[in-house]
Amino acid sequence: MFNTAMTMSDLMFLLKGAGMTLAVTGVSVAAGTVMGILFGVIRVQIGPWWAAPLTFILDIFRSVPLLIQLVLGNAFQSIAKLGWGPFTTSCVILSLYTAAYCTEIVRGAIDAVPPTTRRAARSLGMTWGQDMRHIVAPLATRIALPSWIGLTLGVMKDSSLVLWLGLIELLRASQILVTRLQEPLFILTVCGLIYFLLSFPVARLGGYLEKRWSND
Amino acid sequence: MFNYTFHWHQALRALPQMLDGALVTLQIALLSMAIGLACAITLTLMRLSGNRLLGGLARSWVEIARNTPALFQIYMAHFGLGSFGIHLSPYTALLAGIAFNNAGYLAENFRGALKAIPDTQTRAGRSLGMSSLQAFRLIVLPQMLRVAFLPMTNQMVWAILMTSLGVTVGMNTDLAGITQELNARSFRTFEFFAIAAVIYYLIAKAVTLAARLIAWRMFRY
Amino acid sequence: MIEIQNVRKSFGLLEVLKGIDLTVSKGEVVTVIGGSGSGKSTLLTCINGLEPIDSGKILVDGTEVHAKDTDLNKLRQKIGIVFQQWNAFPHLTVLENVTLAPRKVLGLPKAEAEAIAVKQLTHVGLADKLKDYPSRLSGGQQQRMAIARALAMSPDYMLFDEVTSALDPQLVGEVLDTLRMLASEGMTMICVTHEMKFAREVSDRVAFFHKGVMAEIAPPAQLFESPQDIELQKFLAATH
Repeated sequence: MFNTAMTMSDLMFLLKGAGMTLAVTGVSVAAGTVMGILFGVIRVQIGPWWAAPLTFILDIFRSVPLLIQLVLGNAFQSIAKLGWGPFTTSCVILSLYTAAYCTEIVRGAIDAVPPTTRRAARSLGMTWGQDMRHIVAPLATRIALPSWIGLTLGVMKDSSLVLWLGLIELLRASQILVTRLQEPLFILTVCGLIYFLLSFPVARLGGYLEKRWSND
Repeated sequence: MFNYTFHWHQALRALPQMLDGALVTLQIALLSMAIGLACAITLTLMRLSGNRLLGGLARSWVEIARNTPALFQIYMAHFGLGSFGIHLSPYTALLAGIAFNNAGYLAENFRGALKAIPDTQTRAGRSLGMSSLQAFRLIVLPQMLRVAFLPMTNQMVWAILMTSLGVTVGMNTDLAGITQELNARSFRTFEFFAIAAVIYYLIAKAVTLAARLIAWRMFRY
Repeated sequence: MIEIQNVRKSFGLLEVLKGIDLTVSKGEVVTVIGGSGSGKSTLLTCINGLEPIDSGKILVDGTEVHAKDTDLNKLRQKIGIVFQQWNAFPHLTVLENVTLAPRKVLGLPKAEAEAIAVKQLTHVGLADKLKDYPSRLSGGQQQRMAIARALAMSPDYMLFDEVTSALDPQLVGEVLDTLRMLASEGMTMICVTHEMKFAREVSDRVAFFHKGVMAEIAPPAQLFESPQDIELQKFLAATH
């Protein structure tokens, strides 16, 4: 039915690219989430005024194109003689990018925990730490999860930009194949399908969780 | 600390060129939003029509736009259409890709906005003798656009940032494209792109501010 | 004349109208009373075609409402309906709310539509609220605006579906006054209501619905003083 010159090893090549996509995404989301939680808690604790500098810096990551950030990051590490390879640079930038969005999500989730609930916990003699660990954390996680899933999927899609730094992730791998085999539509469709299969089920899960938990 | 002298002069001298590029960036973003908006309203109508084929097509567009990278969508426009013998210029491919993406996200925003409008509004309109299309156009659509205004603003900012992806398909007249050209000629990567970053930041903030003002003026009920 | 002939309707497995027969002549005011779930509101939404019926016929001036080739949009210009929730269009001023349908459905020029709107809004006592947005009006005022909006289309018939049920008690009076005024001017009306005193004063006939059946229909004096149907007797005892 399909007359294509694409071989099994070509498909493997694409899947290796997908692996790179997932690797970059995984590292960045993990690091970004940790930082996001840290910054989010700080932001809630010290209030909007004191946190303004932090908010300002994080806002920059959301108002400048990711591609420009990657280029700047790469140029910077080169100037500072840090010796980072493209993978490291990409992960650092993407982590900060993720952290910027994650901070907002965490802040919103913590704020959404009813203060009356937290007051009750403290009235029982719990410390701030215990309140955070046993009351806020479970509730805020539930509230934040759908948005966080959305963020993760966003980062996975945005990871395609690391091709600019020379990393061979899924989209770049597809482009290489297209150049060699001259079947742009077919190869890009396969590429799109892989992205879709990586994203759609998780997106649906997020939507399902959101609906289920908002009806409680 | 750094064994590198920053040559800001060179970059600042190129500012006029970069600002020209910023205008092109805005132009593409605005066009892509206009096209995306028109498509999104059409997609919304398709979903509301109750026709399974139309609804399915609309949903497919939205899901593809939201579950694949924007860069992929631009690549599809630029390279993918080559299989059909259609060769779009970098400008057109970028515009098509971003518009496609915008349409998908806006349609989804509209779907959420519509949920906030009780269907008794449509009922009231139909009871006065309006056709479904009239009731949608005169009663539901204005309210939907108001509810969706904030997400639409975010999408506009997103579109502006997305135009930078044009460099991957050879776009060289927008802000990112011009910056890249200047970079290739001078190798002052950091300086040029830092200035470009500042310009993008200012544009993004200006758009957000303008949107707040528009909302304040228009939606004063 | 509105003719309802042996109309049956179900929502899924629940039959809400079990063979209703009713004829309302021009200039008549019929109020419909009964408990919740008795089918009263459903009947109104069937008359203007918002809801389909399973069997039977509804004819408005000889036109069958649910016939396939009936132009429902045209028909609805003749039948005004006001719901329990006034459904004000929040993005339009009071004046614009009332001129919208005359301009877009009837195609009237702006000046003419505004003249009609001002007339009807004055009629219901909202002459000083023309430029306000509905959010600035009380529930009673919004409901009166909804009435003016329906009247601006110059309908032959007005249907009222529990139009005071969602209002604070002190606002009910002003809306009922408006309805009384319309009745005295000769408008053909079908009102679903819980307000017994109002029903007694204003109706030519009162219909009592119970579990999807029109159990009794009679002039108010007769229905309220000597109710025949046993469910009606129980209903009146409980609500007096």
